[in-house]
Amino acid sequence: MKSLMKNRIAWPVIALTLLLLLNQIFRPDFLSLRMQDGHLYGSIIDIMRNGAPTILIALGMTLVIATRGIDLSVGAVVAIAGAASCAYIVASPEPASPVTAATAVLIAVIAGLLLGVWNGFLVSTIGVQPIIATLVLMTAGRGIAQLITGGQIISVSNDSYKSIGAGYLLTLPISILITAAVFVLAAVLTRRTALGTLIEAVGINPVASRLAGIRARNIIWIVYVFSAACAAIAGLMISSNVTAADANNAGLYIEMDAILAVVIGGTSLAGGRYTLVGTVVGAFIIQTLTTTVYTLGIPPEVTLVFKALVVITVCLLQAPKARNLLRNLKAGPKPGSKKPDSKELGSKEKVAV
Amino acid sequence: MNEIVPVVEMTDIAIGFPGVKALDGVDFRLFQGEVHALMGENGAGKSTLIKALTGVYTIDSGTITVLGAPQQFSTPAESQAAGISTVYQEVNLCTNLTVEENVLLGREPRRRGTIDWKGVRSRTREVLAELHLGHVDPGSLLSSHSIAVQQLIAIARSVEINAKVLILDEPTSSLDADEVNQLFRVIRDLRDRGVAILFVSHFLEQVYEISDRMTVLRNGKLVGEYMTRDLSRMELISRMIGKDMEALAELDHAPARTRAGSAAGLPPFLETSGLGRKGSVSNVDLSIYPGEVVGLAGLLGAGRTEIARLIFGADRADEGSLKIKGDSQKLRSPRTAIDKRIGFCSEDRKEEGLIGDLSVRDNLVLAMQASKGWARRIPRRVQDELVAEYIATLDIRPANPDALIRNLSGGNQQKVLLARWLVTSPELLILDEPTRGIDIGAKTQIQKLVNKLADEGMSILFISSELEEVLRLSDRIAVIKDRAMVAEIKNDDVSVEDVMTVIAGGAQ
Repeated sequence: MKSLMKNRIAWPVIALTLLLLLNQIFRPDFLSLRMQDGHLYGSIIDIMRNGAPTILIALGMTLVIATRGIDLSVGAVVAIAGAASCAYIVASPEPASPVTAATAVLIAVIAGLLLGVWNGFLVSTIGVQPIIATLVLMTAGRGIAQLITGGQIISVSNDSYKSIGAGYLLTLPISILITAAVFVLAAVLTRRTALGTLIEAVGINPVASRLAGIRARNIIWIVYVFSAACAAIAGLMISSNVTAADANNAGLYIEMDAILAVVIGGTSLAGGRYTLVGTVVGAFIIQTLTTTVYTLGIPPEVTLVFKALVVITVCLLQAPKARNLLRNLKAGPKPGSKKPDSKELGSKEKVAV
Repeated sequence: MNEIVPVVEMTDIAIGFPGVKALDGVDFRLFQGEVHALMGENGAGKSTLIKALTGVYTIDSGTITVLGAPQQFSTPAESQAAGISTVYQEVNLCTNLTVEENVLLGREPRRRGTIDWKGVRSRTREVLAELHLGHVDPGSLLSSHSIAVQQLIAIARSVEINAKVLILDEPTSSLDADEVNQLFRVIRDLRDRGVAILFVSHFLEQVYEISDRMTVLRNGKLVGEYMTRDLSRMELISRMIGKDMEALAELDHAPARTRAGSAAGLPPFLETSGLGRKGSVSNVDLSIYPGEVVGLAGLLGAGRTEIARLIFGADRADEGSLKIKGDSQKLRSPRTAIDKRIGFCSEDRKEEGLIGDLSVRDNLVLAMQASKGWARRIPRRVQDELVAEYIATLDIRPANPDALIRNLSGGNQQKVLLARWLVTSPELLILDEPTRGIDIGAKTQIQKLVNKLADEGMSILFISSELEEVLRLSDRIAVIKDRAMVAEIKNDDVSVEDVMTVIAGGAQ
């Protein structure tokens, strides 16, 4: 079991390490950390802070994907959460007070939960295909956010609110701490209870799961609500970081980054076995790539191509077929070298012995 | 025949999985124009040998010669190119395509770069006619045909590619008697045309009916190669299980005892009257007392599984009534039925039972965990105890709770699924074909278990295509015919012929 998990995230970890080393070569101070005014600074910290929203959303996405679903609406939820909180702060009598900020956060999270309930309702009760069901909110959600902001970019000045995305606590950016807390929560919620196993069971074989008495409807509902809640928190971070709500651009295409993080991390889009650690590593890879592009001085025009190359490489390294090919190339054609268990099995089908 | 060079010759084959030697020094020969049965219990290495021959697995050592040429298969395509064609237990065709598309998939006749659909149709017609399948419309969807016809169409595909070797892996496990005869006619035709046929089946009678020669494996080793006519059934079985007739004697031991439930005047656990569902089954009047085994007898497709699904809430009944311990109940979902202490082992292990990518442990406690809800996880210590207990009592191999269930043999998977329900201590256990496709050792164990559970007071609804088995285990037998329950027979001195008569009689 442990060796299986290790195996599954080995390649993403190696890819991340190589990326970091690459940066270190071009910028010798890349991996160094320094303390200034009681705050920790450094490229690694920047990567973690900038990547925090993607990681959060990818965590929720991992559980959704494990049930054979997908959540395209997370970007829209990001926009709605930011819009709702900023609109509340601006409209409140005391726009700078911590209580207002706290209420705004609460409103945004509740909005997120409700949106998750909507997605879960469409998928689990009505039986709409996940990609269609969440496409509804993906499209409509931006509209809702625009209605809330009245089509404007709402700027707020509230120090408490600003600290969510830009503040520090115990030398670390608060956004990193929040993300870490959500990660721990998700891990405990799924692995200390039976939720994780039941999510995987529903994702692997829904028919058998139903006959075993699993209430798949509840399980599916939970993952969509969790995903939307993660997106709402990410939305707070993003709007707090710029102290404004931008209904059009906040969280744009973040669903793609999140899905990519999940896949790079080693969770199959076909559902079933998932790994939260892998997802976090996957999200780090994506964020580090963006940083690497600047470090290497790659012209902006080829940035996306460079990203695509790295992503393809990581995905290929995870694919058993490509790995076999590589091994055979290295070792030369060797008859009988192929063991039955390493042949044409997906990574999630790896034999655990 | 022995002077001829074998079509397939495998010598000293070894294949190892991590920690297991699946095959060790096995020799195998297959001659032109013979039906050769590969015999052995589950886990004996039959499937592994077939997969070595079909290129699914690569052998660790040994040699494979096909038509005199040494071969090293590393993909199924290479094996197919060498003239070896396989029809698996679960039909591996595309059910959403038409018959002709399936028969000629990837080899469609072309004209000016596009598929020549007229040619496809006429070629398919020819092949189907050769297999006495003239009545099948080449343009119909594969899914519109029964499993038996689908299997024959899979064979049609290998006829079309002019295969020299045809491997049939458990082809009869879901066929009824007529369909088996139809299949055997095709097999004999092909044999007479010189095709070498490798036949794997758990049905001994069928093996004796169709095969000319057999090779027996046990625990990954070769026991021997025999002419079918020279080896008696008892000799074959003792070679397969590698011990004396003890287990078999127990198999033949009829229960012949009165069960407590109805005799003690207890109310029935389950009582249905006129239960049915539109387009499925109708008129099911069934009662099952505590400690009683009720068998469902009937041909495949008669509606046995449908009845089981109604009683388990997997399908909702829309007519008649169902009472549990005297109270009227509407079973809306499997979950409702489970809460009423009903368990259901589906006949379709792979699709409706196993969670393939999860471990034996997770699979075994799944139903129990599901009824507790996700929030109350069964503590690891309790899981370990339960799993260890059932691995020991049901003799599940490998005895490794963390093994993925997909890697177990069919019989062991079935035992895990049985255990999944036993840990929930149900009052009624529905077993749909619990012994299908598993070896004789595991079969005996499961039959003994059914007896024991009934002795302990559990009600059991036992469904099997093997009438002998139904007769051996059941106190009463409900006869299902054409999607309705037609008779109920008390099982004292009833013979297979008697039940067959009832089934046949219900036809009028």
